[in-house]
Amino acid sequence: MTKLTKDDIFKLAKLSNILVTESDVKSLVGEIEVILNYVSQLQALNLANTEPTYQVTGLSNVMRPDEEIDYRISTEDLMKNVPDVENNYIKVKRVL
Amino acid sequence: MMSQWKDIDLIANEVNSGKTTALSLVEKSLATIEDKSDYDAIISVIKDRAIERAKSIDARIVKGEKVGRLAGVPFIAKDNMLTFGSATTAASNILKGFVAPYQATVIERLEAEGAICVAKANLDAFAHGSSTENSDFMVTKNPHNKKLVPGGSSGGSAAAVILDMAPFALGTDTGGSIRLPASFCGAVGFKPTYGLVSRNGVIAMASSTDVIGPITKNVRDTAIVMEVIAGQDTLDSTTIKLDSYDFIPDKYSLKGKTIGVVKEFEGSDISKPVQTKFGQTIETLKSLGANVIEVSFPLIEYSLACYYIIAPAEISSNLSRYDGTRYGFSDSKATTLEESYNKTRSLGFGREAKRRIMLGTYVLSSGYYDAYYNQAQKLRTKLIEEYNQAFKKCDFIITPTAPDVAFAIGENVDDSMKMYLTDVLTVGASLVGIPAISIPANVGNSLPIGIQIMADQKHDADLINFANALEGSI
Repeated sequence: MTKLTKDDIFKLAKLSNILVTESDVKSLVGEIEVILNYVSQLQALNLANTEPTYQVTGLSNVMRPDEEIDYRISTEDLMKNVPDVENNYIKVKRVL
Repeated sequence: MMSQWKDIDLIANEVNSGKTTALSLVEKSLATIEDKSDYDAIISVIKDRAIERAKSIDARIVKGEKVGRLAGVPFIAKDNMLTFGSATTAASNILKGFVAPYQATVIERLEAEGAICVAKANLDAFAHGSSTENSDFMVTKNPHNKKLVPGGSSGGSAAAVILDMAPFALGTDTGGSIRLPASFCGAVGFKPTYGLVSRNGVIAMASSTDVIGPITKNVRDTAIVMEVIAGQDTLDSTTIKLDSYDFIPDKYSLKGKTIGVVKEFEGSDISKPVQTKFGQTIETLKSLGANVIEVSFPLIEYSLACYYIIAPAEISSNLSRYDGTRYGFSDSKATTLEESYNKTRSLGFGREAKRRIMLGTYVLSSGYYDAYYNQAQKLRTKLIEEYNQAFKKCDFIITPTAPDVAFAIGENVDDSMKMYLTDVLTVGASLVGIPAISIPANVGNSLPIGIQIMADQKHDADLINFANALEGSI
């Protein structure tokens, strides 16, 4: 049985860049624990000699000619979705 | 219930021959969407652009041009596909009002053949769910009974087809999200082989299993849509090449075909009506000359656990791009970048998205990576081996699509594990990348039941032929 603490949830939230309140944490402990306990059943399987599969159709390192593709997207349309713009630059909050 | 829409190829023929107009079809579609808006299947309507496109198609036909094999055919796209003419939201507050600067390859391909996108369908936000209740905007109602869910996550798309809003809709399927709502609503839902349809311009959920497919009234319509949307795309390097893209069903006999029934699903948690209908389907297959055998998948019971490690892991990675910087909702009150990320994501993501991001973060974090994520990917190898073994013995595998008929709205919302278990029969095909189709049985009775048929990778055309031959007999 995996047991999660409130601190575990706060840590996960921090790693995920999500703010959680005390009351969120209370319910999240139980909700995430139940799923973790369900998926933990895989740990009973001995798969030490099995290679993992990340890609199911066998493709790897798909290359294309190093040529420009005309994606037909206008800068103007792209910039319309940016929340904060100054002089056609994307503005971000201060880092520190 | 008679549909107001003829088969897709007939509609296009009538438009191309001038017997009907694209405009009248679009108007009919928009009127039905308006008329049935109380089902909450539609997030936004693409009215102006659709009418404009219809008029230009009609004008081209008057001039004697042939417009394409989907000339004037209206369709509805799940709202996680980028389209012009209205917002693309993935049913999430974090993308509310997002205006796509380009269209998804699937939409472009359909438009190139003359199809017209008229609306965007509701979904569980970011396609996370099995009931469409996780939409940040509204809960879609099942067309057969408004107190029931339509299934998910492509619930709006499946409901829209059965509500007759358009001849077909597009869905996405990561662990069952096309097949399950097709089953609950009584539609045909097709999940192609992984990589058969380009995902460029479709909002990613779990990239190692995400696929796009049609939801239609019958298998033939599915085949026609697949012929248009399948194919390699330089903008999606995961697309695969098939020797033939001919999916239209031909004369096909079930005689001599070997069908595998999964031994491990017998006696599992499948409701009585579904078991009965499934049993009748097997008898029908036998009477049509198919050879039904039992196939064993000793590890299949672990599929769902495997999926609910891999999917959240990939979700946590894919959803990290929503940071309020380049597009989407942004919390303007934040003063630092870190605070901006945190507030934007906390306010913008719904509960299920947050749960999955955090779960995914957990299984990928150092110390747990091998025990969860890598163990699941190893199991995936074993599952692929089991399916490969099975397909040496049989041509197709058949199961019910879902353990039960549609459940009540609200019934499972507080129990995510119970909700996840709805996917128990569909996640296998997703994890191993094979094609799977849900076709409706129990038609005319109180609630539809879906029958799922699976084939080996790249055998999509065979699967469509088989489903077409069986359709109507169950």
